[in-house]
Formats: sequence, C-alpha cells, structure tokens
Amino acid sequence: MANATHAAEEDAVHLAVLDEAEAREERVRRRKPRDPIVPGATIAGSALVAVVAIMTFLAAFTIGSVASVRGMMVEWTADIARETTIQIRPADGLDMEAALAKSVEVAQATAGVSAARTMQPAETAALLEPWLGAGLDVASLPLPRMVVVSLGPDATPETVAKLRSELAEQVPSASLDDHRQWTERLSGTARTVMVIGLAVLALVSAATILSVVFATRAAVAAARSIVEVLHFVGAHDSFIAAEFQQHFLHVGLKGGAIGGGAAMGTFFLFSTLPKWMDGGAARATDTLVGSVSLDLYGYGGILGAVVLVALVTSVTSRVTVYRTLRRIS
Amino acid sequence: MVRFENVGLRYGMGPEVLRDVTFGIPRHSFQFLTGPSGAGKTTLLRLLFLSLRPTRGLITMFGRDVSTIGPDEVAALRRRIGIVFQDFRLLDHMTTYENVALPLRVQGLEEASYAAEVRELLHWVGLGEHMHVLPPVLSGGEKQRAAIARALISRPEILLADEPTGNVDPRLARRLLRLFVELHKTGTSVLIATHDIALMDQFDARRLVIQDGRLRVYE
Repeated sequence: MANATHAAEEDAVHLAVLDEAEAREERVRRRKPRDPIVPGATIAGSALVAVVAIMTFLAAFTIGSVASVRGMMVEWTADIARETTIQIRPADGLDMEAALAKSVEVAQATAGVSAARTMQPAETAALLEPWLGAGLDVASLPLPRMVVVSLGPDATPETVAKLRSELAEQVPSASLDDHRQWTERLSGTARTVMVIGLAVLALVSAATILSVVFATRAAVAAARSIVEVLHFVGAHDSFIAAEFQQHFLHVGLKGGAIGGGAAMGTFFLFSTLPKWMDGGAARATDTLVGSVSLDLYGYGGILGAVVLVALVTSVTSRVTVYRTLRRIS
Repeated sequence: MVRFENVGLRYGMGPEVLRDVTFGIPRHSFQFLTGPSGAGKTTLLRLLFLSLRPTRGLITMFGRDVSTIGPDEVAALRRRIGIVFQDFRLLDHMTTYENVALPLRVQGLEEASYAAEVRELLHWVGLGEHMHVLPPVLSGGEKQRAAIARALISRPEILLADEPTGNVDPRLARRLLRLFVELHKTGTSVLIATHDIALMDQFDARRLVIQDGRLRVYE
C-alpha cells in the first residue's frame, strides 16, 4: 500500500517534470517571455499593490471630484449667464410703466437678446410671499420692478455691455444686474477647488513615490543574493534594473487598475444612486451638490492617473534599483 | 591574461590580509591555489572576480587596469570569467536549466539561440535527467555540477573554482577534476582553490600557495 502510494507520488513528480519540459519546448518555439529572474515571492508584492491601489483611488477620486465640480460650475454659470435682469427702482416723478416699456424696447432692440418681458406685479408678489406673506398689495409698496432679459445663443459679452450703455442713456433709472458678482464668485470657488485638488494630487504622488522607493529598496535587499549572482555572471546594472522594473510595472498597473476602477465605480454609484433611491437623502445630496456625474474628461483623467501611477511606480523602482546597485558595488 | 603586482589588501583599518602578492595566470594554464583556512584564498578569489579592489598594487585583467574601470566594464570582464562558488549560489526559484542558461540570458540572447547548447552541457556534466528540477531537490554533487555548468556555458577564458570538491565524496571529486582537466584541454585557463592535498596530487599542475597573506608560486 505504502509502496503504491510512493510510486504514485513518483509518477506525479515525473509527470510534473515532463510537463515543465514540454512547456519549455513550446515556449522556446513560440519565443514567449521567460520566467522572471526576480521572483515575485521575494517582494512584498500584495502589500505594495494595496498601497498603490489606495493611492490611485485617492488620486482618481480627487481628479474625478475636480472634474465633476468643474462640470457643475460650467453648467451653473451658463444657466446664470443666459439671463439678466433690468431693475427699475421707484423714484419721485418716475413713470414706472413708461420706464418698463422703454426698457423692454431697448432690450429687444439690442442684438443678442432673444426676449425681454416685464415681470408682472403678481409675479413680484409671489417672489416676496415667503417673506411678506400672501395677499400683498404690491402697488402700495415702493418696490422695484424688473424686466427679465433672456440672452440668445448668439449673445456675446458685448451684448450685456451694450445693453447697459443703452439703458444708461435712455432709461437712467434702470440698472442692469448681469449676475457678474455671482459668476465671479463661482469661478473663484472653482479655481480654489482645482488648486486644492492639485495639492492633494501632489501629496498623493509624493506618498506613492516614497512607498515605491521603500518597497524597491526592500525588494533589492530581499533579493540581494540574486543580485550578487547576476553581477557575477556578468549582468549589467541596466539588465538587473529592467528585471525589477518589469515586476514593479506589473504591481503599478495592477494597483492602478484596482484603485482607478474603484474610483470609477464610486462615481458611477454616486451618479446613479439618487435615481434608484428617489428618496429624501438622495434629493438632499442633489440639492446640496447637484448631480455628481463624471463627463468624459473625468473618466479620461482617472485613466490618466492609473497610467501615470503605473509609470511612476516603474520609473521610481528603476532609479532606486540603480542607486542601490551603485551602493552595493 | 591576469597579472597581480605587489598587491596588498586590508579590510577597513585592519591588518593587511594579502601582502605583496605578485603572480600571473597565463593563457591555457592550470593551477591550484592552496593554503590553510583563513590564509586569504577566498580574498584572492574575490580580487580575481572583481568583487574587491586592492588597497595597493596593480591588477591587470585582459590588459585592463582594474582600478580604473567602471561598473559596465566590470560586467564585460566578468563575462570572460567563469566562477564556481563553494556554496554554489544557484537561484532556488529557477530550474537547473534556467540556472545554467543565466549567463547567456543576462547577455540578452534569445533562448532559441542557446537552448540546445544548454541541454548538451547539462548532459555532459551528467544532469540531463535533472534539467527541469529546482536546485533544492538536487544532491550536493549535482548542485556542484550545475554550478560548474553555469560557469562554463558562456565559454569563459578563465575558470575560477572555490573548493569545488569540498562537498562531494572522493569518487565524485575525481570526476569533477577530470571535468576541469578536459576543460583546460579545450583552451580555458583553470584556477582551483582547494586545501584537498589528495586532489592536487592527482594532477600535476602549478601550485599557488598562500600563507599569512603572502603567495608563493611552485611551478
């Protein structure tokens, strides 16, 4: 019985050796790449993959957030910029209706304006209702009246400037509010978000490079005996560095793909979750930050981050191996 | 081919391990390097395979002064030298075949160009049956032969062997010596570091005897 087991074990070993031999013949014939000289097992691979994945996730999340915020800013600014308001404040001796009619006329005559209409007293009352209550007699209050001016697709920045100068000339009591202050504040916020995003990216990149430097040093130290043998059989430093670089490129790509994929998944979830939930929480998020969704730039940026992290990992390991080899020799 | 002139070596601020060593390794020569343990044999071998630089004196290898060469040239010179370590230094995660093919692989050669040659050499050293096993499975003698095959595969001009028979029985030691002698006949210079007097008595060759850091040459 024992002999039979032993024989079976020997057969298995023999078969394994035969398989290996056949695999080699096949590989030589097809000129496939050989096994790595630096074994993955000597390198703390999985821990580094996790570190790279986390770093890529953070970088990709930052890029995605910046892209998303930028998208929202552009949308808001465009919405706001499509409309301007002419405001006419009541004053002694002013014929409000005539001033309103004149303003509408001036606006409609300006190139780039698609429509202009007077906001009726009832609409003004409706706007003020939350503060002053229902049943307000607007006529008894010295409230300013407004003309809503919609800009057409052919509107340029000069349209608003021209309208302003025309109004100043023809309806001195009117003032034009083009929401410039609001849009400037928005674009200021967008710039701040971008700067913060870039700062986070710089930190994440530095942390990634440092992690890879430490991991490479540890890997070279762990594979010291292999490096020595390679030196003694006449390997150039560039050959040894390329062997390590290949390994770390795999680590970088694997970690990058995991981190980038997770970040993309998160954004996909954020953009679709409100639709699934359709509840108070989702609406609150929507109200607070608008709909979080990534455009092509966002997804492109995340893919770029993945490729960049893999390249940084690979190049950093190459430089570190070179330095370590110089120190050894 | 190799020339040592008044070579001295000390580790750090310690005493000189080698003193005024002067000798040469001519082409197609065969020599034993011997001496008591701790006399400086391994240090001399390390100087010969460029893992140490002398603290004084001049070493020329293949016409180059080794104190003036950079890392890339060291690699180029090492390709002309075959080394057999006392502890074999085989890579345990690679098969015998892969270990023996390593010197050719690091030269960037295509596997198809050397696969047949590696197989032939493995058969020549009697490891044809163990080509695709990992070194931990091999016996001491088999590891020794694998290490020798690795040193020979790139057809070196000099073969340096550190106690190549230290881990094998006398019968295998004789076989290995025959292997070295055959190699010598094909034109390779051979230097075997050993303190096995019985081994040296089997082949009449030049002896380099090292004692207390000084070297004497017995032609």
